[in-house]
Amino acid sequence: MKWLRDNLFAGGVSTLFTVLVLVLFFKLVPPFIDWAFLDAVWKPDSKACRASEGACWGFIAEKHRFILFGTYPYDLHWRPAIATVLLIGLWIFSAIRRFWKSWLTLVWLAGLTVIGILMWGGILGIPYVENERWGGLILTLLLTTFGVAFAFPLSILLALGRRSDMPVIRGLCVGYIELIRGVPLISLLFMASVMLPLFLPHGVTIDKLLRAQIAMIMFAAAYLAEVVRGGLQAIPKGQYDAAHALALPYWRRTYLIILPQALRISVPPLMNTFIAFFKDTSLVLIIGLFDLLSTVKISLNEPAWAGFGVEAYLFASIVYFVFCYSMSRYSRRLEQQR
Amino acid sequence: MIEMIKVSKWFGLFQVLKDIDLAVARGQKVVVCGPSGSGKSTLIRLVNRLEVHQAGRVIVDGVELDDDPKKTDLVRREVGMVFQSFNLFPHLTVLENLTLAPVWVKHVPRKEAEGTAMHFLERVRIPEQAGKYPSQLSGGQQQRVAIARALCMRPKLMLFDEPTSALDPEMIKEVLDVMVELAREGMTMMVVTHEMGFARTVADRVVFMDGGRIVEAAPPADFFSAPKTDRAKLFLSQVLGH
Amino acid sequence: MANLEERRIASGFGFLGREAGFEIGESAFLRYSASDSYLRALVVGLTNTLAVALIGIVTATVLGTAIGLSRLSRNFLLRNVAAAYVEFMRNVPLLVQLFFWYAVITEGLPGAREALSPLPGVFLSNRGIFFPTFSGVPELQGFNFVGGATLTPEFAALLIGLATYTAAFIAEIVRAGILAVDRGQAEAAHALGLSRAQAMRLVILPQALRVIVPPMTSQYLNLTKNSSLAVAIGYPDLVSIANTAMNQTGQAIEGIAIIMAVYLTISLSISAFMNWYNAHVAFR
Repeated sequence: MKWLRDNLFAGGVSTLFTVLVLVLFFKLVPPFIDWAFLDAVWKPDSKACRASEGACWGFIAEKHRFILFGTYPYDLHWRPAIATVLLIGLWIFSAIRRFWKSWLTLVWLAGLTVIGILMWGGILGIPYVENERWGGLILTLLLTTFGVAFAFPLSILLALGRRSDMPVIRGLCVGYIELIRGVPLISLLFMASVMLPLFLPHGVTIDKLLRAQIAMIMFAAAYLAEVVRGGLQAIPKGQYDAAHALALPYWRRTYLIILPQALRISVPPLMNTFIAFFKDTSLVLIIGLFDLLSTVKISLNEPAWAGFGVEAYLFASIVYFVFCYSMSRYSRRLEQQR
Repeated sequence: MIEMIKVSKWFGLFQVLKDIDLAVARGQKVVVCGPSGSGKSTLIRLVNRLEVHQAGRVIVDGVELDDDPKKTDLVRREVGMVFQSFNLFPHLTVLENLTLAPVWVKHVPRKEAEGTAMHFLERVRIPEQAGKYPSQLSGGQQQRVAIARALCMRPKLMLFDEPTSALDPEMIKEVLDVMVELAREGMTMMVVTHEMGFARTVADRVVFMDGGRIVEAAPPADFFSAPKTDRAKLFLSQVLGH
Repeated sequence: MANLEERRIASGFGFLGREAGFEIGESAFLRYSASDSYLRALVVGLTNTLAVALIGIVTATVLGTAIGLSRLSRNFLLRNVAAAYVEFMRNVPLLVQLFFWYAVITEGLPGAREALSPLPGVFLSNRGIFFPTFSGVPELQGFNFVGGATLTPEFAALLIGLATYTAAFIAEIVRAGILAVDRGQAEAAHALGLSRAQAMRLVILPQALRVIVPPMTSQYLNLTKNSSLAVAIGYPDLVSIANTAMNQTGQAIEGIAIIMAVYLTISLSISAFMNWYNAHVAFR
């Protein structure tokens, strides 16, 4: 009773809000449950779906293979499936603090090699699949992984450059970071997909996936650089003084004393940037790559299944949410551990 | 003015106050002292319900404090408080700090509130700082503003929670002088402090706390010359030792 | 350059004066027809971007502040509903949410004849959202509404998506800003007899604002940049019109340069404002 009074009915305003929330709850939730569960159609039967008042989860049942694996040859879906599980496994493995050792890099190299072999094939007797046919969840995961893997070292250099004593280097880094952060990601993706080929020497082509990946790396590096810079600024001046007093040369100083501290401070905000980046990979849809969101959207193009967008995007939301939410919980735990 | 009967309080499993009985009559000045962690700050913060007691009764000016927010509001209008860390509002000028509560709580017209504010700024001897922001003042000046801010509400009772602990030595005196003057005018005061000189000149009673209990309560003459408990003796030797 | 010649692509900004030859679905302020120039089409795109961004910023700020305050409420239900909102919105990509809202409007809402009317004069249908203005009230004529003001499905989806998404981030900023204000400030305010609401309005919020404004501005900037996702649901913002122009003329470099220059100008002006704010308004 006391709990109720303190937490729900403490004063007139509080009571009003409680009533308001409850009214909304009872107005919205039962119809939603009817729609999403009780009246829903679970069989992959588009005629039944159209006849029903409820949600059409049959759409997901029918299209889940395409959504997860895109246009990858149907019989070979086991390969991206294993690759997906492996990649997620690597992420989880790397989340454990105990494994933050230098050999983790080797684990990643080995893991990515296996994933590469699985995805491309062409050796060990499995057929070759060109990367134009990759799609779905694995593409989203790969874009994120490689985006961060290349952007991160670049971002450290940019952050150091921004705090450099040399005006030219500082100017270039500031210019780059502010330019990238000042424009929408879409414009970078357009640039990579339309403009980049125009500047390449005759006869050289880079495929679309790689071009998008380059744009994503350029984009992520600028944002990560600002996070790293935050970490660099948070280090007490005394640390720099002490490093100077030891007469360590610049790179030693940076590598041995400054960076380890700066990066440790920056882990939680780096995680948040990482989550934002994961979400941003969905934008490759606009330049025609088959990431998870694209495959969902394309599934709706088939006339039989057109008009079930609400269900489709709800499903996509849930998949993205599961990934982002677990990462953000993890990042919060890291924050509390310090 | 203040009456505490068998008051206890816990922070989680840790009991900070144990069966406190204390009465402060109108016009009395009580100094509370004791080692850090003895519960003296918590005790004083019960009086205007910045802390909530879990057992016993707290009665201030005839109002018993409980879950009823109206009673808390009533008490807070009558009780002024000065904090260790001043807690002036940094986004307001000195004058605005002083008029905020009279205008918004007591609905005093702004002109009149400003008159009162200037009156009390003169009393604490810094009328020339009225237009400045708190961060432009020294610690001693800030604490005097804080005292003036509390006085602007025309309180019947003033609480001081270690008002000089955050000050440099040379500024302590200017704050204590203001407090002594206030005491001479007959204000009821409850003061948590380690300034034993202040206790000696002003207090009617010194309350010594340790481990969440009131260990001794006596007039300053008795307390300083003949402390009854070993703990009080030890404390006094540490405080007066330097 | 050789590449450009080989592909027979002209370069330079001469194309801006030529006739655009395509229609634009809606224009917030300017008149436009297919016979107008590319330049005018791009300006229409820019005003559309600014329109959705401006309304979005106002909506997101109001919604976000309310949710941020709710997160700190003593009311158990309100606090947790707000927390759930923030968690869900922040962890789903904006583009997914835009598609979702667009699908809700175009597939979920009924046709104009059976439009939902939550308030008198306000109609929700798959043709858009209709509401009354000073000059008139929407009325059903044939298959659509006439009179009052209209939000097209594209504009409505983009606005709802941008505002509800950004509101979640703003809520966290507001909450963090309030928590950053020293506890002693609230205590001092309560000791003076100020009520919770007064303490919040007169003492806490003004101080929190100092912490809140810089990240808030960057959220406003994000919202403006995110409005470029309009291209995915067909709202004619600057990026989507530039995209059409690029496809028609093949002048990708110029098109992208225009997009970037415009957004950079917006970003830099907002940063300049921020610096001014930090120097003058953020108190000592």
